[in-house]
Amino acid sequence: MIIDLTQLRHGETGIVKEIQGGQGCIRKLQSMGVRPEKKITKVSSHFWRGPQTVEIGSMQIAVGFSMAKRIIVEVKR
Amino acid sequence: MKIEKILLVGNPNVGKSAIFSRLTGAKVIISNYPGTTVEFTEGRIKLGEETAMIVDVPGTYTLEPTCKAEDVACRMVKEGGLVINIIDATNLERNLHLTLQLLERSVPVIVALNMWDDTKHRGIYIDVKKLEEQLGVPVIPTCGLTGEGIKELTDRLEEAKNKDLPISSDSQKWGKIGIIIEEVQKLTHRHHTFLEILEDLSIKPLTGLPIALGIIYCSFWVVRFIGENLIGYIFEPLFTKLWLPLLMKLNVFLVEGSFLHHILIGNFIEGKINFGQSFGLLTTGLYVPIAMVLPYIFSFYLILGLLEDLGYLPRLAVLTDNFMHHLGLHGYAIIPFILGLGCKVPGILATRVLEERREKFIATTLMVVGVPCMAQIAMIVGLVGQRGGKYVAIVFFTLFALLVIKGLILNRVLKGVSPEILVEIPPYRIPQIQGVIKKLWMRLSGFLREALPFVLLGVFLVNILQMLRIIDFFAYIFTPVLTGLWGLPKEAISALVVGFLRKDVAVGMLGPLNLTTKQLVIGSTILAVYFPCIATYIVLIRELGIKDTLKSTAIMIAVALLIGVLLNLIL
Repeated sequence: MIIDLTQLRHGETGIVKEIQGGQGCIRKLQSMGVRPEKKITKVSSHFWRGPQTVEIGSMQIAVGFSMAKRIIVEVKR
Repeated sequence: MKIEKILLVGNPNVGKSAIFSRLTGAKVIISNYPGTTVEFTEGRIKLGEETAMIVDVPGTYTLEPTCKAEDVACRMVKEGGLVINIIDATNLERNLHLTLQLLERSVPVIVALNMWDDTKHRGIYIDVKKLEEQLGVPVIPTCGLTGEGIKELTDRLEEAKNKDLPISSDSQKWGKIGIIIEEVQKLTHRHHTFLEILEDLSIKPLTGLPIALGIIYCSFWVVRFIGENLIGYIFEPLFTKLWLPLLMKLNVFLVEGSFLHHILIGNFIEGKINFGQSFGLLTTGLYVPIAMVLPYIFSFYLILGLLEDLGYLPRLAVLTDNFMHHLGLHGYAIIPFILGLGCKVPGILATRVLEERREKFIATTLMVVGVPCMAQIAMIVGLVGQRGGKYVAIVFFTLFALLVIKGLILNRVLKGVSPEILVEIPPYRIPQIQGVIKKLWMRLSGFLREALPFVLLGVFLVNILQMLRIIDFFAYIFTPVLTGLWGLPKEAISALVVGFLRKDVAVGMLGPLNLTTKQLVIGSTILAVYFPCIATYIVLIRELGIKDTLKSTAIMIAVALLIGVLLNLIL
């Protein structure tokens, strides 16, 4: 199933498929470790369209809500 | 090969600054959150007979800059030098991207595999020999905090190799990294340690928000506890038991009422020296910065340093992101605000981590109006606190409300949107006492160096202006505003004048005026918002430029006028 990062459930792991956005945004995310075919696990999401914290590789990052909307992931449900 | 210049290059949060201070022995700020090294640090290192320049380049994820700090880093690499690429061994995969980029530049590179000690308890195994073969440059495991591997690193600097690999695309690089990782790194599963459980709890909203409130409350409680006790048991006795007798001896030589007596000792209050109110250079001029403010500066920076090195601040940024968006900022702006609680100068400098001009303008303007510095807080607590804690709360609540309302308005009025937060959440690390003390010492000596002269200048100036009756002239002009709008006595003008120099002394000047509680609350609130101190203002001009600073100033003055009138009506 293809969803975006905000729809990932807590503790669920997906595979990053695509990052929709400008060059700058893509590069920034890539350099933080978010890029296609990487495993990504949701740690928490904050209320009222707040930032999404995810684990990718051995590190945690927080991504703003609308940026997370543009990160497309595939999950098995 | 003679080495002239060494560049320390690496991602943010890899312990670059710690390695830097190991290499140079110089005093630098070591922190756990990205952004503190946007201003780069330089030092010198001894290599045998020669010395070389060594530069702590701002942390960057890439050599194709996406923000200002990264831009600085890229330009420095272009200028050339021997590159020590510092890698976080617990995050090998992501860090290697920068390494591969460096290998494509025409610079000699040597790799320091830092945080080596952390890999063991994180269940990460890295084959250093194989990594060296894969990269084709020396790789040395190091630990900046303990100093492990630093000697080997300096010994092998000469082996640094200039690979000058052909330029490859991002996806080619990631492909190559995949192969390297497969070859050199093995992960074994590990149970969550206590710190890791705490990491999870403090980032989830349901548990994170109460934890954040708890930490903030405890921090303030501890800051106050340490500050009060330092004053009560050390600084107050020091002044009354040791300094006062000395002053009294000096007093014998000075004719009361003479110019020198007036400048040095000041006025006698009820026939005695009163450290808070006499207003001489050797009485109030020393007492305010040292006995009233310094203890709080000490306790504040101690706690802040611990929180920074623990790695808590980025979590606070994530938790407050939502709220900050309403003010036109993202969560990361909370960090400059927190620094601003200590002193606004580093606070404003820290807004450099914000990328957009609009954000910077909002953040600095809000900080100048709504975030009082520790010197000011200490004085407000000391002075207004005598009338009851409720009134201290009124002052701070007013300032906070102003900050929020102004943010809401600026966010509506200014064109543009607030950018999204994207921040690394570093693992918790137990703060190293050495690092915390070093940083605390730098900040304390900075305070004494910069604040003390301004306080003395302020006290001196007020005395001169009073003698020349210039203060009376100002008071006469501003009486309509002071008395008419704000309900303050016209003598309060001298506090407003000194407020341009130092806020702590300015608040202190309200003391001898015999103000009612209401007047004291209004006075200290206005002193907090009407204008920043001169040191802050200079940084503000440097960071925002003249035009935006003037805009910001207009806002401050308008806010001060308004809030004074409002409080005068409501209270």
